[in-house]
Amino acid sequence: MLDGEHGAAKQMAMSILTQMAEVQGATKLLDITQAHIDATVYVGDAGLEFAERMAGLCVKVAVPSTLNVSPLDESHWREWSVPPEWASKARRQMHAYQSMGTTPTWTCAPYQTMHRPSFGEQIAWGESNAVSFANSVIGARTQLYADMLDICCALTGRAPATGLHLKENRAGNILLSLESVPEEVQGEDSFFTVLGYLMGNLAGNRIPVVEGLIGSPHEDQLKALAASAASSGAIAMFHVVGLTPEASTREAAFQGLRPEERIDITLSLLRRARAELSTASGDHLDLVVLGSPHLSISEIKRLIPLLQGKRTHPEVQFLVTTSRAVARLAEESGAMEILRAFGAKVTVDTCILTTPMLPEGIKVLMTNAGKFAYYAPGLLGREVVFGGMEDCVRSAVNGRVVLEDRLWKS
Amino acid sequence: MEELIYARPVIPGEIKGRLLVSSEPLSFWGGYDQQSGEIIDRRHPLSGKIAAGRVLALPFTRGSSTTTMVLLEAVRVGVAPVALVSSGVDSCFALASIVAKLLYGCTLPVLALQKVDFDVLAPDRWVSIKMDGSIVIGAH
Repeated sequence: MLDGEHGAAKQMAMSILTQMAEVQGATKLLDITQAHIDATVYVGDAGLEFAERMAGLCVKVAVPSTLNVSPLDESHWREWSVPPEWASKARRQMHAYQSMGTTPTWTCAPYQTMHRPSFGEQIAWGESNAVSFANSVIGARTQLYADMLDICCALTGRAPATGLHLKENRAGNILLSLESVPEEVQGEDSFFTVLGYLMGNLAGNRIPVVEGLIGSPHEDQLKALAASAASSGAIAMFHVVGLTPEASTREAAFQGLRPEERIDITLSLLRRARAELSTASGDHLDLVVLGSPHLSISEIKRLIPLLQGKRTHPEVQFLVTTSRAVARLAEESGAMEILRAFGAKVTVDTCILTTPMLPEGIKVLMTNAGKFAYYAPGLLGREVVFGGMEDCVRSAVNGRVVLEDRLWKS
Repeated sequence: MEELIYARPVIPGEIKGRLLVSSEPLSFWGGYDQQSGEIIDRRHPLSGKIAAGRVLALPFTRGSSTTTMVLLEAVRVGVAPVALVSSGVDSCFALASIVAKLLYGCTLPVLALQKVDFDVLAPDRWVSIKMDGSIVIGAH
């Protein structure tokens, strides 16, 4: 490919890939079975130039490739404050990536679609939360592929044989013990998001191993854990002893090696982490937003009984962000109608962080998503309040922030 | 007093500049404004500082894989740091620099230090970076 025999685009992709392999100390490349392209996120003309240069060479991906969130909800953007100039550039970027033979999933939760990889599969994924979930919860193998390297892997079907692609680099480094965290706190709605945020701060770029978890969390709780940890830290992989596929025991998680550090997670550490997720004080509220990563159909099903028969306060907007596939399922199951009756709006393919949709009047957001809470202050210049899903619905109905945080304060 | 340390020149280049240093990692997406060069992660110790034109030293990038795209856009707009220094190799920095060369023909040096050497970097010192990865840290 490097000699241009497969066309100029694959030559360029392979050139970037081999330079990166050298940077990462990989002596060879390996075959991948699929890719997930995060470079779809639009942050300016440079990324668009890159996408259009590749697409202009009429190249197709070599392996099945899903697309991350888009920069535009094509059906609903006019209902919000997206500038038309943005919309037109966003469309060009979307078109460029679609024209390379990719699958337009437009979601940051590709692991909750039909394209979910299997245990042991070698894949090249972008999107930090998806990478963390794929490695940790599924046991597929990927590094965190930075934007643009993801498409280079997709076009060539290859990735540097290094990092988390290799078993020996998937061993845990530090032990986080939940021994002193009471069961009722572990069962709290936002526990996994708070734990993830704390885990990212404590582990940095090491692989954490969580031990002492009571009960068996469902997939969306592990999704929250992965997404929060991959925001506050560089956590592309974690283990939960007795739960995640490469951690049947503590020894398995560490591959027989000794943890380099052991940290006892205390209630006071969790409380501080939870407090850090909010930047707003007071009870003023403009928008409640759920869905980073994009809500799954099971999360929507958990949301429905909380808001059925109620209505959001006239001065508080209620927004759900999800994928087009999940929105279709919600429509078919009748959930969408209940959401609409509550006064909720639904945005598909994108989210508040990746398209400039929020009107200026919206100053304070409330969310149950660690990822929204983490990025909104910097990316959007908005204040944020973090709470559980029930807190979010209750606050939307009351028109002001109402937190049920007895467990976190006692 | 001048000090001399040696980094791996991940993407070699020669540049002089003033250090902006933190021991806290940063995600450029949500953490770096590609229009102004300001550090905008409001929970980060460097929040509010302008990194454009500085030698930015961070242990590693955390969070989003869009860090590369934000850095590339900052290069295009002209508000990127003049060099990037990390503790260990940072793939996002390297990739942004490789693509910046490809699209815009510019050199953005990327250096990887051993942790012990990273820890000696002091805020606001002037540094002179050479092609071989040597870094001369000048007086205040």
